[in-house]
Amino acid sequence: MDLRLSEEYEIFRRDVASFLDANQDYAPTPDDRGLKHPKRIAWQKKLIENGLAARTIPAEYGGYGAEPDILKSRIIAEEFARTGLPKGSANQGVSMLVPTLLELGTEAQKQAYIKPTLHGEMIWCQGYSEPGAGSDLASLSTRAHIDGDDYVINGQKIWTSTAKQADMIFCLVRTEPDAKKHHGISYLIFSMDTPGIEVRPLVDMTMMANFNEVFFTDVRVPKSQIVGKAGAGWQVANATLTHERGMLGDPNAAKARLLAIATLMQTETINGERLIDNPGFRDRLVALQAQVYAMQANGLRVMTSKIQGESAGMAGLIVKLLGCELNHELARLAIDAMGEFGLLYGQNTPYLRDFGLWQQRYMYDLGLIIGGGTAQIQKNIIAERGLGMPREPKPAAV
Amino acid sequence: MEFALSDDQKMFQSSIQAYLADSAPLDLIRTAADGSHDTAAALKAGLLDLGLAHILVPKSHGGLGLGLLDSVLAQEALGGVVAPYDFTALALAITGLRLAGTEQQKTEWFFGLTTGDVEFGVALTEHVGVRENAGVMASSDGLNGKSLFVLNAAAATHFMVCDRAGGLHIVERDAAGLDVNTLDTIDRTRNFGELVFDNTPSIPLGPEGKSGDAADRMVSVGRLLLAADTLGASQSMLDKAVAYAGERKQFNRVIGSFQSVKHLCADMAAQIEPARSLVWHAAYLLDEQSDEASLLICLAKSHLAETGTHIARTATEVHGGMGFTDLLGLHYWFKRIGANRQLLGSPEAVRSEAARLQGWV
Repeated sequence: MDLRLSEEYEIFRRDVASFLDANQDYAPTPDDRGLKHPKRIAWQKKLIENGLAARTIPAEYGGYGAEPDILKSRIIAEEFARTGLPKGSANQGVSMLVPTLLELGTEAQKQAYIKPTLHGEMIWCQGYSEPGAGSDLASLSTRAHIDGDDYVINGQKIWTSTAKQADMIFCLVRTEPDAKKHHGISYLIFSMDTPGIEVRPLVDMTMMANFNEVFFTDVRVPKSQIVGKAGAGWQVANATLTHERGMLGDPNAAKARLLAIATLMQTETINGERLIDNPGFRDRLVALQAQVYAMQANGLRVMTSKIQGESAGMAGLIVKLLGCELNHELARLAIDAMGEFGLLYGQNTPYLRDFGLWQQRYMYDLGLIIGGGTAQIQKNIIAERGLGMPREPKPAAV
Repeated sequence: MEFALSDDQKMFQSSIQAYLADSAPLDLIRTAADGSHDTAAALKAGLLDLGLAHILVPKSHGGLGLGLLDSVLAQEALGGVVAPYDFTALALAITGLRLAGTEQQKTEWFFGLTTGDVEFGVALTEHVGVRENAGVMASSDGLNGKSLFVLNAAAATHFMVCDRAGGLHIVERDAAGLDVNTLDTIDRTRNFGELVFDNTPSIPLGPEGKSGDAADRMVSVGRLLLAADTLGASQSMLDKAVAYAGERKQFNRVIGSFQSVKHLCADMAAQIEPARSLVWHAAYLLDEQSDEASLLICLAKSHLAETGTHIARTATEVHGGMGFTDLLGLHYWFKRIGANRQLLGSPEAVRSEAARLQGWV
C-alpha cells in the first residue's frame, strides 16, 4: 500500500488544477441546455486540446494522443470532482462507440466518425434494447436482410436516449435468422436521417423525454456500415457494455455529490436552524459518506489491479450495482433535506435549489439502477461469476 | 501509487489463516466458549509463535516494527474463525506502551508481551462513553471507581487502565483493592469484565505519568481492529452461506440456484468488497499518521458495524432453519459481529463523532 503520488503525478495534478481554476468561466452550466450548445462544444474542444478529455485517443482521430496512464486519468477525474466543473463528454458516442471503432472499426470508419464524435459535433444514440429484449438482449428481433449492396432494416428499438438529437445510431440487428441467438446479430452504424426511421419520444417519470422509441421501416443502410463481421455483433457490443457498467458507478461523481449535499445541509435552514444540526440528517449524511469513501477506496483497488494487468475480481463486479444505488440514496437524502423545496420541479420555479438537479437525479438514477444491466442481472453476475453459484436451470421446453 | 497488499502481507495473512484452519476448528471454539482456559492458552501459544505479538512492537525492542495494516490482516484472519483470542486487547496494550511508555517501561513490558508471560486486559470503554457513572479517578491514594466491558479481563495478568483524564495506568491483576468481575455477554469467544478499584496501586505510564493523547489513539486502533474482526467474520459467514446453498437441496435443486437465494449472497458480496477497501484505507492512513485517519477510522468502524450486521442476519437466513441452531455454530459469528458493533462506540455514536471531526456540528 502506497497511496502517495510520485513527483511527476503531483506536478500533473497541480497543472490540471491550475488549468481548471483558470478556465472555469468557460465551463457550461446546467442552464446551457442542448447537447450542441456552443459553450459545450467549445468546452469539450478546450478540454481535449489540454489533455483533459479524449486523452488517450490518437491525435489523428481528434484525440489528445497521450499514452494510456490510468493514474493520470484518475487525477483528472478527481480534479473535476473537486472543482465541480463539468468533465469531458461521456455520452454514449464517446464512451461506447469510439472505443468500439478504435478496436474493430475500419480505417474509413475511424476517420469519418471519431473526431466529430469526440468534439461533440456528432451525437450518437444506442439501438440495443427492444420491447421484447431487455435483460435478455440477445433475443432481439429487429432484423436486417441483404438487398444488393444494402442492409434493409425493419423493427423497433426502445429506451433510446437522445435519439431525437442524435445524428447517428449504433444498432444491433439480427442478420442471420437461422443462427443461434448470440451468433445471428450484427452491429450497424448509420445516420438517423436515413428514410424509414421514426423517433417517438418516450416520456419517463422525470417528465423529460430522456428516452425514445425508434421504429425502422425498410431502412436501407450500405453494407459497408457494419462494424466487425456479420453475425459477430454480440461480441462487438459486449466489449463496450462492460465499459458502460464501469462508467455508471464513478466514485468521484459520488464524492462530488456528497460534498454538494454537505454544503446544502450547512447552508439551508429550517426554523433558523441549519439542516446539518438535525441529528437525523447528520447521521444519514455520515452513513452515506462512509459508503462513498468505501466505493472510492474500492475504486483505488480496482485501478491498482488494472495497472498491474490483473482482474479486479469481485471488487470490480460490484461497482455498477453499488455505485448506482449509492447515487440514488444520495439524491434521496438531498431531497429529504430540502423538504417541501425538494418537491419543486420546473425550469423557472421560484425557490428551486441547485437547478432542481436532485429531483431529477432521484428519478433518473432509478432509471440507471434498471438500465445498463438491471440490478437483478448484476446480482446474477456477482453470484455466478464472482461467487461461483449455480446458474438457474433452464425450464423444460413447453 | 498502489492500493494493494504486498506479497509479504498476503503471505503473512495466509500463514495465520492456514494455522487457524488447522488449530481453531469449531470444536475448539465451542470448548473455549464454554470457558476452557487451557484450550485458549494452547491457541495463544501457536499465534505468538507466528509473531502476532511482534507485529506492532518496534524493531528496537525486538519486534517486527510492522503497522496497523498488518495488524488488520491478522485480526481479519482471527475474526474469520471467531478465534478465542483477544488480539485487539494485545494491540491496544502495545499501542499504549509505544505512545506513552518510558523506554524502561517499553523494554520491560514488550518482552513479557512477546513471550506471552504477560497478558493485558484493557479498560478503555469510559474514554468513549460513560454509563452507570463508571470511570476511573487517579490520585495519590491510587485508582478509584470502576470500568466496564474491559477487554480480555479473564486471561489478563495485568490491566492497562485509562482514567477519566485520559491518563494510562498499569495495574496488576492481584493488586490490593482490585475486584475483577465477569460480565457474561452474547459473545463467548472473547471475555469482558468489570474492574472495581478501591485505592488500588498502579504504575502510571509515561514520564511523570503523562500519557498525552495515547488513549485517543488507542480508541482509533481499537475501532479499526474491531472493524477488521467484523470484516473477517462477515467474509466467513458469506463463504459458509454460499457453500451451504451449493449443497442443500429443496424442490430437487440446490437452493443456491434459486435467484432469491443467489441475490441474498450477491448483496452480501457486494457490501463486503468496498468495506474491505475502506478498512485497508483507514489502516493505511493511520500508519501514515494522516490528518484524515481519525475520520476514516470512524467511517470504517460504523460502516463495518452496519455491513456486518446485515451479513450476519442474511447469511443466517440463507442457512434456513439450520442457521438458527447450535449445531452449525453460526451463531458464534453472528454474536461476535454483534459485540464488535457496540464496543468502543455504536455506529450512531461513531458517526456523530465523524461529523464533529469535520466541523459539521
